[in-house]
Amino acid sequence: MIQVEHLTKYYGDFPAVKNLSFEIEEGHVYGFLGPNGAGKSTTMNIMTGCLSATEGHVKIDGHDIFDEPREAKKLIGYLPEIPPLYLNETPEEYLRFVGEAKGLRGAELEAQINEIVDLTGIAAVRGRCISALSKGYRQRVGIAQALVGKPKVIVLDEPTVGLDPIQIIEIRDLIRELGRTHTVIFSSHILSEVQTICEKILIINEGRLIAFDTPENLKKTLSSDSFIRLTAETTPEGARDILANIPGIAKLETKTEEGGLVSVTVSTNAGNLHSVSREIFFAFARRDKALLEMTLKKASLEDIFLELTEKSARGKSAKKRAGKGEKAS
Amino acid sequence: MTAVLKHELRSYFHSLTAYVFGAFLLAFVGIGAMMYNIQAAVSNFEYVLSFGCLVFVVIVPILTMRVLAEEKRQKTDQLLYSLPITTVDVIAGKYLALLVLYLIPLAIISFYPLIFAQFGDVYLLTSYGSIFAFFLMGAALIALGMFISSLTDNQGLAAGVGIALILFNYYSVSLSEYVSSTAVGSVAALFVLILAVGAVIRVVTGSANLAYAFCIAGVLAVMIVNFIDPTMLEGLVPSVMTALSLFERFYAFVNGVFDMTAVVFYLSVIGLFLFLSVQSLEKRRYN
Repeated sequence: MIQVEHLTKYYGDFPAVKNLSFEIEEGHVYGFLGPNGAGKSTTMNIMTGCLSATEGHVKIDGHDIFDEPREAKKLIGYLPEIPPLYLNETPEEYLRFVGEAKGLRGAELEAQINEIVDLTGIAAVRGRCISALSKGYRQRVGIAQALVGKPKVIVLDEPTVGLDPIQIIEIRDLIRELGRTHTVIFSSHILSEVQTICEKILIINEGRLIAFDTPENLKKTLSSDSFIRLTAETTPEGARDILANIPGIAKLETKTEEGGLVSVTVSTNAGNLHSVSREIFFAFARRDKALLEMTLKKASLEDIFLELTEKSARGKSAKKRAGKGEKAS
Repeated sequence: MTAVLKHELRSYFHSLTAYVFGAFLLAFVGIGAMMYNIQAAVSNFEYVLSFGCLVFVVIVPILTMRVLAEEKRQKTDQLLYSLPITTVDVIAGKYLALLVLYLIPLAIISFYPLIFAQFGDVYLLTSYGSIFAFFLMGAALIALGMFISSLTDNQGLAAGVGIALILFNYYSVSLSEYVSSTAVGSVAALFVLILAVGAVIRVVTGSANLAYAFCIAGVLAVMIVNFIDPTMLEGLVPSVMTALSLFERFYAFVNGVFDMTAVVFYLSVIGLFLFLSVQSLEKRRYN
């Protein structure tokens, strides 16, 4: 449906997007995830034809956004980060203008406006001035605008930013609803949001794509981040010795605590954390050393996100993880 | 394009802009008609227009200040970029909407000569020739105003710059009499002009080398011309100032001359500023 090939965008000397390539298939909800300033908005602006690219191509259903903008833009509905609303108009007038600009006329236009107004839940305010609407309603009008003309793809740039929790849930439900009939791409820097709605996640950082997979696969392939933290009555050397022969341990960090204790952070890539913790328990038991505390921490998508973005940012993810482990214990 | 045109017209009639513009134009021309045609009993309606064109200094910037600046400020230009319409559609639609707004009071004004003709001998040909030129001049100023509006996201600034430029254009012929007409004066003025254009190039394109190249080439060209034949530069500045005056060309029509070069000049000015507006809007995509 959408092919992005070797997309590069420079703002002056600053590279906002670097050699970004991915392909989006029809009929899913895609989450576009990345920290602030990662290049999400820039990429979306280029995909929708609002911005030029320094290099690379974007094809929407075979139409190049730069060479055949009219055909390509007809297939896309876009809600930018700040909803582009004419404040002195009513939602109805606004949607009529957008519809006419997208080439709709007469009865067809009216029918679509009615349908979209109902779908986005702005029927009650369709005759009120947009400047008098709350932020949640304005966001809905913005989404409604993207839906006019029945585009195949809907691109939403941070649609839930600045809304209250109830409005956020409503907008998420709406996105999920839209995902049944459209290809939806939406960006966010909130991971849980992407996780709950999206079937596939693109993680982008510093203008590069660093992961593109389903949430489950991301967890599976990157589960090396699972931790077991334990506190035992031994020395750091002793703990290393005890844990030396346990299969599945990828990495060990030890730290001496007060009162002759040692805290250990074990990173493991084993799928079944309990099999590792069981081995650890018996290993300490065989040596007659008391295991005072043991916590398991499965890698959440949050950790994966952090790890991926950190790794690509500085290549110091290990250090960061260890630091995090210390704080937690 | 029609979508933009309809949308613009609707928003103008929603706000006060259309009414203020029309009311000012009608009031000013009305006062002129009262002074010349009724009080002084002159049968030439074109004198009224020549008096009335001063009002453009104020009303054109008021009309055009928000046309593109407001889109930028409210970020609605993003919508225009993402819609399946071209930048040319946007500019053409907006410009036509402005012309429609301008034509409404002008259509009312077009009845005045006919009304006066009921009571005396009115030279209808010069009257309507002048109304036609009045329309073209206003259209050219509106194109200029729209271009100024495309450069900023601040309506007030757009209006201020617009008023200053149109006022300067209005008085440029009178001012040209005070400008030095010697070759040395022309060289100095050209140097200043070249540096100013160079600065604009630097800001607009962001390329310092291009600006330097332009300045050096310009200065060299001026010096070579000055070296070969200084008489070519004599009186250059005043004559350029006169030639660029949109108002001066209008007075030819008032004097009863239907000047085709002026028509071509107005159309070229309109074309130039519409082209520049399109480029200015396109540029935001390539920042």
